[in-house]
Amino acid sequence: MKKTYKIDVDCANCANQMEIEANKTDGVKSAVVNFMTLKMSVEFEDGRDPKEVMTRVRENCKKVEDDCEIFLK
Amino acid sequence: MNNKQRKNLIRIIIAAALMIIFAFVEVTGAAKFFLYMIPYSVVGYDILLKAAKGIKNLRALDENFLMAVATLGAIALAIYSGSGDYTEAVAVMLFYQIGEWFQSYAIGRSRKNISALMDIRPDYANVENLGKLEQVDPDEVEVGTIIFVQPGEKIPIDGVVIEGNSTLNTSALTGESLPRNVTVGDEIISGCINLNGLLKIRTTKNFEESTASKILDLVENASSLKSRSENFITKFARIYTPIVVGGAVALAVIPSLVTGDFSTWIYRALIFLVISCPCALVISIPLTFFAGLGGASREGILIKGSNFLETLSKVKTVVMDKTGTLTKGIFEVDAVHPVELDTTQLLHLAAHVERYSTHPIAASLRKAYPNEADNCKVEDVEELAGLGIRAQVNGEIIHVGNEKLMEKIGAAWKPCTRVGTIVHVAINGKYAGHVIVADMLKPHSKKAIEKLFAAGVNRVVMLTGDIKKVAEKISADLGITDFRSGLLPAQKVEHLEKILAEKNSSAVAFVGDGINDAPVLARADIGIAMGALGADAAIEAADVVLMDDDPLKISKAIELAKKTISIVKENIYFAIGVKFLCLVLGAAGLANMWAAIFADVGVMVLAVLNAMRALSADF
Repeated sequence: MKKTYKIDVDCANCANQMEIEANKTDGVKSAVVNFMTLKMSVEFEDGRDPKEVMTRVRENCKKVEDDCEIFLK
Repeated sequence: MNNKQRKNLIRIIIAAALMIIFAFVEVTGAAKFFLYMIPYSVVGYDILLKAAKGIKNLRALDENFLMAVATLGAIALAIYSGSGDYTEAVAVMLFYQIGEWFQSYAIGRSRKNISALMDIRPDYANVENLGKLEQVDPDEVEVGTIIFVQPGEKIPIDGVVIEGNSTLNTSALTGESLPRNVTVGDEIISGCINLNGLLKIRTTKNFEESTASKILDLVENASSLKSRSENFITKFARIYTPIVVGGAVALAVIPSLVTGDFSTWIYRALIFLVISCPCALVISIPLTFFAGLGGASREGILIKGSNFLETLSKVKTVVMDKTGTLTKGIFEVDAVHPVELDTTQLLHLAAHVERYSTHPIAASLRKAYPNEADNCKVEDVEELAGLGIRAQVNGEIIHVGNEKLMEKIGAAWKPCTRVGTIVHVAINGKYAGHVIVADMLKPHSKKAIEKLFAAGVNRVVMLTGDIKKVAEKISADLGITDFRSGLLPAQKVEHLEKILAEKNSSAVAFVGDGINDAPVLARADIGIAMGALGADAAIEAADVVLMDDDPLKISKAIELAKKTISIVKENIYFAIGVKFLCLVLGAAGLANMWAAIFADVGVMVLAVLNAMRALSADF
């Protein structure tokens, strides 16, 4: 399953850091951050609950870039 | 300006104002310290917090940490040496924040610019429910549903017009500013904006499969494939920052032990730290790529990742498909050569005879004579397989077909020097002339080839499945000297392999319309699919997707890529160059803290401004 989330982040490098962290998170098959459109699209591994996974993605991203935000709708 | 930017701007202004006021206040000792700590904490509290969090999360060596250490160090030094000069520490924080604010503001502006143009996501679809229009989530609309699109609204889902006429603004999709007219029976794609009439549309796809969704998906997922420059910067930052921090420590300790003069060398080490911030690089390089991809999509050129932008800039050989790429891919009447009759009369007859035929050539004849559905009587139509058609038009027996048909009925047909499909016409068994039907060149094809050469391409090859005679004519018209004809799709791949083997460090691009050439698109260094609106296989296989089928976009894509890459290079050389110079000057004691912060923020601002150039397609 694939979902797109709105994000907020200030610099392009931070966006790349978020992408790296999101990809490292358990339950994420692949994640892409687009800095220009401020969107993160995440493909989840089969059978994972997006909400649960995204909460951890958000935590991990916060660790590398305190200022970032992922809007989990 | 968003809230965060407004808040930060206010902090910057307050801190700057306080600094100016304090310059006129005569205080010393502890009072001065506390006074200057006000602007320092106003402007720098978040940096200090972030630095602390960074240490907690074991990611200490980021720019927040560098700034925190440098400014706190400068304050400590001011207390220790008794100079009480806190201005430097506050100024470093202040300028750093100004740089950050500027960067964020510049990006916000250009982001608005792009998202406005790429705003093709439809929010709702109008569906009739119990005689009333109701707005529903386009996700819930099933294939075959009738939807209504009012003037000013976006087409939410691909479909066919079943009622109404209108003009559509397709610029968000194709970059083409000319509006397109649509009427009953026309297929329309989602993402266009309905300009005037009310349209009733029967959907042919669901929302997810519709053009707008697919394109958004492409745009939003671009840049997942990182270019080598970006990887280089990531690695560079990882190595560079620890090295400079190590250098700063060495600079603080070793000369101090030798000379015994601690404050001078610690001060120089702090300068080192300020300069060491890699912001200009780590921010501007990814930003340039984002801007390049954004600028391209604004032109209707979708590039799937920044690595392709890099490859595209190295393209020296362009291999092109003919049908649908250089030519329109549909037959059109090229010339009419009548005997005795005039041109219109001959076309008139030919079109009538072909009235009921579904053959593409018949369609082209009917198109060339638009008043085909007049009062003339067309009877006894008979298709003669492999030969042509015979019919009675207004009582006269007309034969329309190839040479064999003319031979068969004994009409004295004349050969033609033009290249294309020759359709002969005979009236009551007597030869009346012929019509040449051909796949016509796109209006911009010749210019597109010239532009390719102007953009630094040195070899253009045309591969086609068509016969040699046609390929010869087309390539001569376009100024292409290198072509191969009569190729089956598999042979196109083989031939591309040969070209790939001949290249050196440059890249080979293949341009096709995605019909029959998906394997070739995939095999080339960079596959460019044209007129992708509709051809799913092409979107999948290609690395670059041109939204409309204008071949001029090929050279545009290459030029944009080159521009982006040259901006990246400029920024890398410029930033590293200035930093290195300042590091040397700082270590030698020739640059003070002010110079260091100007070097850091100034370089970043310039690099960000330069990166923003990649957004526009102008040069």
